[in-house]
Amino acid sequence: MKLTDGEKAMLDGSCGPGKQKAMELLVRYAEALGAERFVDTNNVAGVPGSSSLFLQNYYKQRAGNGDYETIFSLYDLDSDIVVPVPKASSYCCHLQGGMDPELWPAQGMSREAYDHFREDEAEVASHGIQLLKTCTPYLAGNVPVKGEHCAWMESSAVVFLNSVIGARTNTEGRESTSAATITGKIPDWGFHRDEYRFGTHAIEVEVPVESVMDWGMLGYFVGEAVEENIPVITGACGQPNLIRHKHFGAAAASSGGVEMYHIVGSTPEAATREMAFGPRKPVATVKYGAAERRAVYDRLNSNGSDTNVDYVMLGCPHYSIEQLWEVARLLEGKKIRSGCSLWIFTSRAVKSTADLNGYTKTIQDAGGLLMTDTCSAIARAVPQGTKVVALDSAKQSHYLPAIMGIEAWFGTTEDCIQAALTGRWNGDLA
Amino acid sequence: MSAHTITLRGRGIVGGCAEGEALVTHETISGWGGIDPMTGTIIETHHELRGVSFKDKVLVFPGAKGSSGWSNAFHMTRLTNSAPKAMVFNIMNTKIALGAVVTHAPSVTELDQDPLSVIETGDWVKVDGDRGVVEVTKRARSL
Repeated sequence: MKLTDGEKAMLDGSCGPGKQKAMELLVRYAEALGAERFVDTNNVAGVPGSSSLFLQNYYKQRAGNGDYETIFSLYDLDSDIVVPVPKASSYCCHLQGGMDPELWPAQGMSREAYDHFREDEAEVASHGIQLLKTCTPYLAGNVPVKGEHCAWMESSAVVFLNSVIGARTNTEGRESTSAATITGKIPDWGFHRDEYRFGTHAIEVEVPVESVMDWGMLGYFVGEAVEENIPVITGACGQPNLIRHKHFGAAAASSGGVEMYHIVGSTPEAATREMAFGPRKPVATVKYGAAERRAVYDRLNSNGSDTNVDYVMLGCPHYSIEQLWEVARLLEGKKIRSGCSLWIFTSRAVKSTADLNGYTKTIQDAGGLLMTDTCSAIARAVPQGTKVVALDSAKQSHYLPAIMGIEAWFGTTEDCIQAALTGRWNGDLA
Repeated sequence: MSAHTITLRGRGIVGGCAEGEALVTHETISGWGGIDPMTGTIIETHHELRGVSFKDKVLVFPGAKGSSGWSNAFHMTRLTNSAPKAMVFNIMNTKIALGAVVTHAPSVTELDQDPLSVIETGDWVKVDGDRGVVEVTKRARSL
């Protein structure tokens, strides 16, 4: 690799052992990728030093200590020794975490786990890392600009950043984002480079795609069709808004590994089809018609058989204020059926607006809970005894049944609210 | 029953040597939400290896997909002694590069023959991550 003098100084220990261990990891990682150099980044989204009880106990037993410094050194930086953790030198926000800061008892968390959560959070804050606590930093105050080199985790945020904003990041991991936070470096590979960002596959949409559910389904289809390649979408899909992009990208990043997509006439690097493909010729053209739409709907519902729903989970990726407004309108003056739970997840920033607007109270009055920081899949938390969940997110439908071993239905937000009010799944493909 | 050995050459991305029985899949693997890091078992609903553990196997697969928690999930398998002994794969991306590095499992990619057509589950595979060499001894099969 070609290293700058500044990078060499970090690597040889002149800037302290923390930056040295971080650079050692970044060099191993960059060489594995085949990268030739690093790019500077001043926008990192990760989960630096965050620790589960498992990690704390593991290092307590093996290293004599399960504190922030030990976990950051031995786990995040994959170091062989514990080093003092430098404060962030790059702007960094903390993504989603393991529990709601107030509603954790309802999520089944222990007091011990909560105490560790608070200690972790104090460490994160004292190291200069922003506590956004969301999978949607772009809805909570961290919005990069076009062309900005970032180092972000969270596949749904990565695909949004590359595709909708036109900023640049690969799907980074916990260890690389932690190292980037204290070095300001990330391998110059993949989506940081112009030639990597052109489309590979043509997707021709032949049925109207309008609702949020339809965008989630199209995303799930596209991810399966292109795996981790770069789809270019043309056809009957109009001009999706932020929510539709959020659900489309999250789904495509889950069923495949899509990190960037182009929608011709909509996304910033796809004013035309020619611009989206650049020098590349599409390696395949895939059609999305009525039969494909039906097949993806059935696939997303293949984990459901019992129409008695006992849990409705919304907010994957974290709900925007517009989505909370919609839910509040659907719930106004109504009551969730006894025996059924409704949990809705968002960021703390968006919840503060929901509090002001009265949406939090509307949800509570109906018998639901508005939670922050996490989701059922991340926290592995569902209401006690849950057997069948209803979801409006293709991403969550992909993960939650596998992680929790429960049945799941997928449909529109309205289908889900109806299920919460009646305790029955009644969704269908319109 | 003579042992039939095939040598593949590529690029080592994590050094060290390890050998073991191959576990082969033609489907990419999700890390977070796709495996149980406590046991190394694949849990993804539609995956052909659902319910199968890669613990102590040489994992031969196209590459990594899904969540950015890929490296974290595989990193965890090292702590729970559920990691693969080595990894052989085709498609490079940031998830697998970082994941292989922190799992410390000798790993090789960019091979001169497609490992997914040469290697079958049950074959004995030696992975030399320093030299980028993968040596495959075909499992003896009864006729």
